[in-house]
Amino acid sequence: MRPVIQVSGVRKTYGQMVAIDEVSFEVSEGEIFGLIGPNGAGKTTTMECIEGLRRPERGTISVLGLDPIRHVYELQDHIGVQLQQAQLQKRIKVWEAVDLWASLYQKKATDGEQLLEQLGLTEKRNAWFMNLSGGQKQRLFIALALINDPEVVFLDELTTGLDPQSRRAIWDLVRGIRERGKTVFLTTHLMEEAQRLCDRVAVIERGRIIDMDTPERLIARHCPERTVVLSTDDSAAEVHLRAIPGVQSVRCSDSRFTLRGTGDDLVTDVIQCLSENRIRVTEFRTILPNLEDVFLKITGHSIRD
Amino acid sequence: MRGLWKLIWIEIKIFLREPLGAFGTIVFPVLIFLVVGRVTGRRMAPSSLADNGFLQAGLPVIVSLLIAINAVLSLVTIISIYREGGILKRLRATPLRPQTILTAHVIVKLLLTTATLALMVLAGKRYYPTGIHVPLFSFTIALLISTLSILSIGFLIASIVPTARFAQPIGVAILYPMLGISGLFFPVASLPPALRAIARVLPTTYAVSLLEGIWRGDGWYEHTGDIALLAFVFFACTALSAKVFRWE
Repeated sequence: MRPVIQVSGVRKTYGQMVAIDEVSFEVSEGEIFGLIGPNGAGKTTTMECIEGLRRPERGTISVLGLDPIRHVYELQDHIGVQLQQAQLQKRIKVWEAVDLWASLYQKKATDGEQLLEQLGLTEKRNAWFMNLSGGQKQRLFIALALINDPEVVFLDELTTGLDPQSRRAIWDLVRGIRERGKTVFLTTHLMEEAQRLCDRVAVIERGRIIDMDTPERLIARHCPERTVVLSTDDSAAEVHLRAIPGVQSVRCSDSRFTLRGTGDDLVTDVIQCLSENRIRVTEFRTILPNLEDVFLKITGHSIRD
Repeated sequence: MRGLWKLIWIEIKIFLREPLGAFGTIVFPVLIFLVVGRVTGRRMAPSSLADNGFLQAGLPVIVSLLIAINAVLSLVTIISIYREGGILKRLRATPLRPQTILTAHVIVKLLLTTATLALMVLAGKRYYPTGIHVPLFSFTIALLISTLSILSIGFLIASIVPTARFAQPIGVAILYPMLGISGLFFPVASLPPALRAIARVLPTTYAVSLLEGIWRGDGWYEHTGDIALLAFVFFACTALSAKVFRWE
């Protein structure tokens, strides 16, 4: 896969404050790449340097072979951008915004009406921006980011402030963008979003990238622990469960057992043990670590702090 | 210049949708014109030297400058709201050139100024048939030159106001006093020396002189000094705001 975004050794400061430093990564064609980290970690700064909206002090950036500072207007023709916390004119109508944006690009724009249809905004085409709901505004911004049929789409904190239902709808939209062969670069502080959506993520904290991989591999690398929770009335169960290789701790309260261990085989081993010893269970579930646990593990604090 | 005309057209439509937009900028000056004109009688006539009353410059010149100042205040407010709301930033993340965005706003304001002036003249014709021939076309051009020059000051104000909430009051606090000492109400020569010195460097002083002269029927060549100074202010302020302008 050819790299469409190459970032190498980028540093950006605001006065005394170092926003990002030594940021390096590559994004390949057709992948959804996520930059994840808490608020203020440098996600937006990194993204805006790549979009050509900010000039880094040090380092090199190349997007589709273009320098975002020197070829900023040419670059804008090939990318689509959704900014964090952007607004439009309060009283601009939905169709007017789409029509205006379509007129700004050299490239032949995609059909605006069709885009509105896909994003479920056809009913709202004559509504003023100020009268749209949060989810509708966000979908309009996605429409504007896609109007020039861009090769790379940048989405900054796409679903912040949305209810779970709109969030899921927007995740489906983003997957749809990738299916059309586009590259997606997104930032989020929602680990669930990153895990469900991204092919690859980079974890950024205090302006530095501290790890980068697929969500699965990050979890396997940093959080190999597995947890099984089960309930049984069988008084002999504890002895058998403790004997399972790979189980490191067993905790029991009332009739509920919490087993911790490592390795992908843990769950299978527990099931096998239950079946061999004919232990009757009334509850069985597994708790798998997620990106949130990875973040906690590698930074030493929760992403929500 | 791609997108310029579409942006202008959309900004005009948005402006007219503002509850107070059309009224404040277009109807209000015309109303002042009609009311004050009725109260003071036939002041459409060019002011004579003997006439040192309240309306030194003649009502049309005063109202024209009010139109210009309103346009500038509206520009300052819009730019600061657009900056605070991230609208300017969103527009910049397109192939639009920054100067195209700002040019569109300036052209919108000039068009509205022209429209208001036309309305004022039409209303004036109806209610104050003075029978005096006024070089309307030249007067319009003079007003546009003046507006452009004051707009550049507006850009400078818009560049430095911290938040949208302060934009309008700061604009008013700077622009209205400028108008007050520019020879509109009292001749500049009658001002105390300190104010006179300030008046000499204000573009509004030269705008008043230019507008009065053109209304009176002077030729352009008699006002090259006024135009040169207005142009100088325009270029100086534009260059300065290009340096200090903040997009977000």
